[in-house]
Amino acid sequence: MATTGAALSRTGRPMDIHTVRKLQRAFVYVLLAAGTVIFILPFLWMLTTSLKTSRGVLTFPPQFFPTSFEWPNYPEGWSALPFNRFLLNTLLVTTLAVVGNLISCTLPAYAFARLRARGRPIMFAAMLATMAIPAEVTLVPQFILFTELHMVNTYWPLFLPAWFGYAYFIFLLRQFFMTIPRELDEAARIDGAGDLRILWSIILPLSKPAIAAVTVFAFIGNWNNLIAPLIYLRSQEKYTLALGLKLFQGQFITQYNQMMAVSIITLLPIVVLFFIAQKAFVRGITLTGMGGR
Amino acid sequence: MVASALISFTDWSLLSSPHWVGLDNYRQLIRDPVFYVSLRNTLYFGVGSVLLGVVTSFLIAILLNQNVRGLAFFRTVFYLPSVVAGIATALLWVNILHPDFGLINYLLGLIGIQGPGWLASEAWAIPALILMSVWGAGNTIVIYLAGLQGIPTTLYEAATIDGAGWWRRFWHVTVPMMSPVIFFNLITGFIASLQAYVLVLVMTNGGPANATLLFGLYIYRQAFEYFNMGYAAALSWILFVVIIAVIGAQFWLARRWVYYESR
Repeated sequence: MATTGAALSRTGRPMDIHTVRKLQRAFVYVLLAAGTVIFILPFLWMLTTSLKTSRGVLTFPPQFFPTSFEWPNYPEGWSALPFNRFLLNTLLVTTLAVVGNLISCTLPAYAFARLRARGRPIMFAAMLATMAIPAEVTLVPQFILFTELHMVNTYWPLFLPAWFGYAYFIFLLRQFFMTIPRELDEAARIDGAGDLRILWSIILPLSKPAIAAVTVFAFIGNWNNLIAPLIYLRSQEKYTLALGLKLFQGQFITQYNQMMAVSIITLLPIVVLFFIAQKAFVRGITLTGMGGR
Repeated sequence: MVASALISFTDWSLLSSPHWVGLDNYRQLIRDPVFYVSLRNTLYFGVGSVLLGVVTSFLIAILLNQNVRGLAFFRTVFYLPSVVAGIATALLWVNILHPDFGLINYLLGLIGIQGPGWLASEAWAIPALILMSVWGAGNTIVIYLAGLQGIPTTLYEAATIDGAGWWRRFWHVTVPMMSPVIFFNLITGFIASLQAYVLVLVMTNGGPANATLLFGLYIYRQAFEYFNMGYAAALSWILFVVIIAVIGAQFWLARRWVYYESR
């Protein structure tokens, strides 16, 4: 997207191309810095709150900068409940759910993007319609289902639904698959590749950014999911982090600073995952082979 | 879904057993002024937040796709608001938007502008919510960012050789190649904004004077505050029909502007 010197020199001002580049770069940095200030606010807010004394939390108007740094809030908050156990539980459930989402969403997305079948538009419309139903509506029937299956107070209800597809991800992946030129699959098909092979060797490698996005979204959604654990888990040793935080909030209502400290610890894995996943957002060199199109 | 359709024809209040009332709920709905207020608020919020969100996120995504130092850091920072859980964010914004002590009006005061009451003002409450929703649009940004990677660099090279400047490359290469992704964000953005209610529940509870009473909040109120399950179910069905209509209209329009490489 970087403008070359050509654009400016047409206005009649002969400008050194290096000066133009430097100005552009400076402009980008100014915008990024301004955005950083705006977007980092909620995190800073949590951070300062987590470092305040329990009295300092309640002052009004609220202070954006803590007057003291109460680092013990972190170990004290974390050990108030068995958060280590909750962390392991959450890791297990989230991993199973994310893997389930990735498998159960790429297959239908490929089908909707590539396979011709009678009634495909209607099936696609029906799938999109499920997004228009608020999650609250399906909660009760799902609970009855899992009760009948004797899965209450187990981890099954937390990750099993992820293995049955999710309209938002299927639609997202389908949109990305649709941008991949069909000539690539046809070439593979001539070489004798079947659909699974085409999906695995052509579509997926070209969709790494989309897969990274879906992985991040699925991870965050399951990591922060409060409703399902709240409904299905009974024994405390099975609790997830989100549910543990909720329990903390109920038991230690005045320890708002410690709650923020625990929240920040639970956010760290997400931030790290995003940091790693965003590396996939680099311009693929893969499609440049289609030159001349 | 079938159950909720049946409930919409009853006067169920959770405590008593439901009675069949036929179309009464829908007849009442046509005469209910609050229904129209909430519908109008929702459309205002939906159109405002989706259009502003789709455009702003697109520009931010392009900004986060530049080849600069510390890119990983900037991308993570811009995504942070989407990671921090909803309720904490809502409380933060109530503080930022506070008419007297809030950060925004403090900054406006520095340049000599008397800021509006934001969430306390009937005229400014929805714009304030729109502003907030754009700020939390990290997922939209990430989807755009993923989409930008799929545009073959050869297209830009060809356009540059043909003498296209920044604007024409943006308008004739980036936008058409990104149209399936823009389309996705439009559809899912509309669905999310039409269903939104948790944030207003926490931040304004529909006030002042119903100015932020979104449709989802009205359903919630009828169901869990007034216990009019039948009426709430009827409202939910209206919402479902509105969403389906919006999706349908967008798919119909999409044929004119969305470009798929593999049609």
